[in-house]
Amino acid sequence: MVKQHSYWQLFTAVFSKDLKLAFRQRAEIVNPILFFLIVITLFPLAIGPEPGLLARMAPGIIWVAALLSTMLGLDKLFRDDYHDGTLEQLIASSYPLPLTVLAKVAAHWVITGLPLVLMTPVFALLLNLESSALLATVLTLLLGTPLLSFIGAIGAGLTVGLQKGGILMSLLVLPLYIPVLIFATSAIDTSSMELAYSGQLAILGAMLIVAIIAAPIAISSALKVSVS
Amino acid sequence: MWKWLHPYAKADRAYQLCNTLLPYFAVVTVVCMIVGWVWGLAYAPADYQQKDSYRIIFIHVPSAILSMGAYSSMAIAAVIALVWQLRNAELAVIAIAPVGACVTAIALITGAAWGKPMWGAWWVWDARLTSELILLFLYLGVLSLYHAFEDKKAAGRAACILAIVGVINLPIIHFSVEWWNTLHQGATITKFDTKAIDPSMFWPLMVNIVAFAGFVGVVTLIRLKNEILQREKHRPWVRDMVERG
Amino acid sequence: MQFDSFADFIAMGGYGFYVWLSFGSCALILLGILFSSLNDTKRIFSSVKQQAQREERIKKAKQEAGQ
Repeated sequence: MVKQHSYWQLFTAVFSKDLKLAFRQRAEIVNPILFFLIVITLFPLAIGPEPGLLARMAPGIIWVAALLSTMLGLDKLFRDDYHDGTLEQLIASSYPLPLTVLAKVAAHWVITGLPLVLMTPVFALLLNLESSALLATVLTLLLGTPLLSFIGAIGAGLTVGLQKGGILMSLLVLPLYIPVLIFATSAIDTSSMELAYSGQLAILGAMLIVAIIAAPIAISSALKVSVS
Repeated sequence: MWKWLHPYAKADRAYQLCNTLLPYFAVVTVVCMIVGWVWGLAYAPADYQQKDSYRIIFIHVPSAILSMGAYSSMAIAAVIALVWQLRNAELAVIAIAPVGACVTAIALITGAAWGKPMWGAWWVWDARLTSELILLFLYLGVLSLYHAFEDKKAAGRAACILAIVGVINLPIIHFSVEWWNTLHQGATITKFDTKAIDPSMFWPLMVNIVAFAGFVGVVTLIRLKNEILQREKHRPWVRDMVERG
Repeated sequence: MQFDSFADFIAMGGYGFYVWLSFGSCALILLGILFSSLNDTKRIFSSVKQQAQREERIKKAKQEAGQ
C-alpha cells in the first residue's frame, strides 16, 4: 500500500468528516447541552433554591453534569463507524490508527465538550456561581472535558462490539474520571475563595498531555480487539 | 536464560505446574490461617488505646495489602499477555480478578466494622477508604467487561487492556483522593498508631499476611486451572486426564 | 491466652460485635470464593466427561449403523 496523503491530511479528513456528520443531525450537538441544562435544573429542585447553598455546590453540580453529558455522546463515538464497516477499513489502512483515533476524539470534544464550555456562563448564572469562580469553571472545563473525551474513548473502544455496551461503558469509565473531577472542582473551590488555583490547572494540563499521548494507543488497541 | 519458562506457555504444562504448586500453597495457607487467627484473636495482647477492637487489624491489613498486590499482579499478567501474546497470562488475569475483588470487599467490610467503634461511623470519606472502594470498582469493571463478551478470546484481551489502563490510573486516583481529602477536611482520621508496632502484634500480623497471600495464590491457581480446562475442553489431554480420574 | 473465660473471648472487651462481624464476614467471603471455584472445577470435569461419553455413543451408533 502506498501512502498518498500526509498525516495531517488524514487527521483533517477524519476530523471534518465527523464534524459534518454531527452538524447534519443537529440532535447530536443539541442533546448533550439540553441534558446538561436539565440536570442543572434538577439540582435546585432537589436540594432547595437557597442561593448560598447553590453557590457552594455549583462547581460539583456543573462537573457532575459535564461528566454525565460527555458520557452520552461517547456511546456513539465509534458505534456508527463500527456498524457500517468504516472502522474496519480504518484499522486495515496503512495509516497509523492512533492518529485516526486522535482525530475522532478531537471531533467528539468539539461536538460535545466545547459547547458546554461556551454555555457555562449561562449555567453559572442559574446556580448563583460567584463571578470570581466563573473564569475558573470555564478554564477547568476547557482543560477537563477533552480529558473526559480521551478517557471515555478507551471505554467506548472496549465496548463498541457489544450489544449493550452503553451502561457497561459508564461502569468502566466513571471510576477513571475521579481524578479529573477532584482537581477541577477543587480549582473552582479555591478560586471562589480568591486564592491562586494555577496548581490544579497545571495538574489537569499535565493529565491532558499524558492522555493525548497515551490514550490513542490504548484506544486503538481496544478497537482492534473489538473489531477482530 | 528464560528458556525454562517457555514450556509453560503450553496449556497442559501450565496446568501441571498449577497442580504441583497447589498443595504447597494450600499447606502454607491452612497452617498460617489457623495460627494467625488463633494468635491474633486469643493470644496477642490488647492494644492500650483501642483495646480488643484492634484485633480486626489482623484481617484488615492483610486484605488491604493483598487487594493492591492482586491488582498489580493482574496488571503484570495483562502486560505479559498483550506483549508476548501468551494466552495463559490472559487466563491468569481472569483468574486473579474475582479473588482480588473478594479481598478488596473484605478490606472494605472490615474497615467499616473497625471504623464504627473507633471513628463513630461505618463509613467516612477517608482517602484510603475511598481509593479502596474505587479499586473494587476497577476489579468489577474488568470482570463485567470480560463476561460481557461472547467471544472469550476478545474478552480476555479487552480485560487485559482495561487492567493496564486501571493500573496506570490507580496511583493518580490514589494521590488525587488523598489530596482531596486533606484539602477538604484536614487529616482528622488518625492512621493506625504511628509508633512502631510492638513485636507481639507484628508477628501475628505477618503470619496473617502470609496466610492471605497464600489464600489468594490457592484460589488463583484453582481458577486458573478451571480457565485452562474450560478453554482446552475439546483437547485430547483434557479428555485423557478426566477419564483417568 | 489474653482472656480469662470463653465468655470474655466472645465479648472481646465490649467490641465483640465488630470483631466477630469482620472475622465472620471475612471467613464467609473467603470460603465462598474457595468453594465456588472448586465447584467450577467439578462442573467442568463432569461436562467434559459427558461430552466424551456422548461422542462415544455417537461413534458406537455409527458403527452399528455401518454393520
